[in-house]
Amino acid sequence: MRVAQVYGARALGTGALKLAIPRGALYQRTLDLLDRIGIATEGLRGDSRALVFDCGELTVITMRPSDVPTYVEAGAAEVGITGKDVLLEQRDRAVYELLDLGYGACRMVLAGRRGDERLGESERRLGAIRIATKYPRTAERHFEETGRQAEVIEVKGSVELAPLVGLADGIVDLVDTGRTLADNDLEVHEEIAACTARLVANRVAHKLRVPEVDELVERLREAAR
Amino acid sequence: MTHRIPPGTRDILPDEMRELRRLQAALADAFGRFGYGEVATPTIEYHEVLARGDERGAPAAYRFFDERGELLAMRSDMTIPIARLVASRFAGAEPPFRFFYIGNAYRAIRPQRGQMREFIQAGVELVGAEAPEATAEVVEVLAAALDASGLSRAVIGLGDADLYRQLLDELEVAGPARDRILDCLATHDLVGLEAEVGTLEMSDGSRRTLLELPNMRGGPEVLDRARDLGGAAVDRATSRLAATFDSLARRGVGNRVNLDLGLLRDLGYYTGAILEVYDPAVGHVLGGGGRYDELIGRFGRPLPAAGFALYLERVHIAQAEEERIG
Repeated sequence: MRVAQVYGARALGTGALKLAIPRGALYQRTLDLLDRIGIATEGLRGDSRALVFDCGELTVITMRPSDVPTYVEAGAAEVGITGKDVLLEQRDRAVYELLDLGYGACRMVLAGRRGDERLGESERRLGAIRIATKYPRTAERHFEETGRQAEVIEVKGSVELAPLVGLADGIVDLVDTGRTLADNDLEVHEEIAACTARLVANRVAHKLRVPEVDELVERLREAAR
Repeated sequence: MTHRIPPGTRDILPDEMRELRRLQAALADAFGRFGYGEVATPTIEYHEVLARGDERGAPAAYRFFDERGELLAMRSDMTIPIARLVASRFAGAEPPFRFFYIGNAYRAIRPQRGQMREFIQAGVELVGAEAPEATAEVVEVLAAALDASGLSRAVIGLGDADLYRQLLDELEVAGPARDRILDCLATHDLVGLEAEVGTLEMSDGSRRTLLELPNMRGGPEVLDRARDLGGAAVDRATSRLAATFDSLARRGVGNRVNLDLGLLRDLGYYTGAILEVYDPAVGHVLGGGGRYDELIGRFGRPLPAAGFALYLERVHIAQAEEERIG
């Protein structure tokens, strides 16, 4: 029976809602937001290596931002917070996008070297532009939608390097202040999307945990204003 | 030495097979109790025939040529083949027809737990009977099938596929904006919906209707809340849902149903009622269905129809999870 109760708490139908939150750039602002709706986040602010935190009415799970849609789609977390950039890149994840939380505002942009005509020239003379990015699917989709051919090169580290040493003509990347671009003599050519933190929910949890999900949405909507 | 099999396919070994067979037998028995007869159709069909059912062609991902150069496709569900079967094999027969099936279908999706490219569907089609009674009968059969699978906590979401199309007509939202709104709804992007609706010229009341409807889900009281929003399209959809729900309540399965005005399935052939199946033990949808009153007409015999399909492997996973939870 004890075991049954532990597993019962894991099922979507019972127990505290599990909220997946992103470690990294959005982490502090996410904790601040949770504070404002009355969730105790001290445990999450320490240097604990724990990944799962019992915060009373919510169980908070911490993870890489790009893992949030994976956990939420599978129902391992009923709700989650992550950046729109992650959701754009993982468009095929079937999750509900419920709320724009407003913070963590960044832009997904196409950037190239300052005053450099290479982007246009490659397209005209070579038929395609070479783009380095950590967001290959977002980049491919953007060029497809704007009717251009691009050779998208996926890199894992600092994408700014790619145009500097000739790996690519330009980059598609997430830009906050634009300082990294400026420091590397790059400039924005096109804006692809505005990205902020979003609240997402599992499809089944959205239907079976209606009162809890709706109440969380309303409280976060108020607090995010 | 190991040898590859294509992504999204798998071998089934005796322990699992035994459980799957038991589940299939329980489902076949439940369908049979309601007078549904089993049919089987070819796994491969002419592509042009499948495309007649859903011209977007999305369903048929695996295509190839036969020895005469004809384009064939692996079926992506059983509903379109059964529409073909009814129009060709039952051309002169008197409806209604009640069929069930348990068979493989194929889709080029990203493989993950319980979602393979080759998968087994178990479902029913009720052809030649009108809403709301026929819709309610199909939901009743679905509830019985879930009980027979041991998923007594499973919930059936019931929505209306015509609601947003008719609402957008009424609000005179056309062209790309209409497509974008329907896309936001089908992909569950309520943030995108709010942004899209914000750019449209319309009254605050209309805006509220478009933004609040997708969140309205629950018991019969949601129909009252929806009706308060007003408008002919909402009125028609809530009346259709109320009629179906009344019949479900009379059949004793009203408590299995979650009315959901935000439900929109992306298959192109649904008209009127649409269904989805959820179980609290798993995060994925276990199956779906609805009415497709125009589909069989595309094959030359206009007949109203409704049905559902359960993804057998996902039902099996839910069964195992429910047993573990106890």
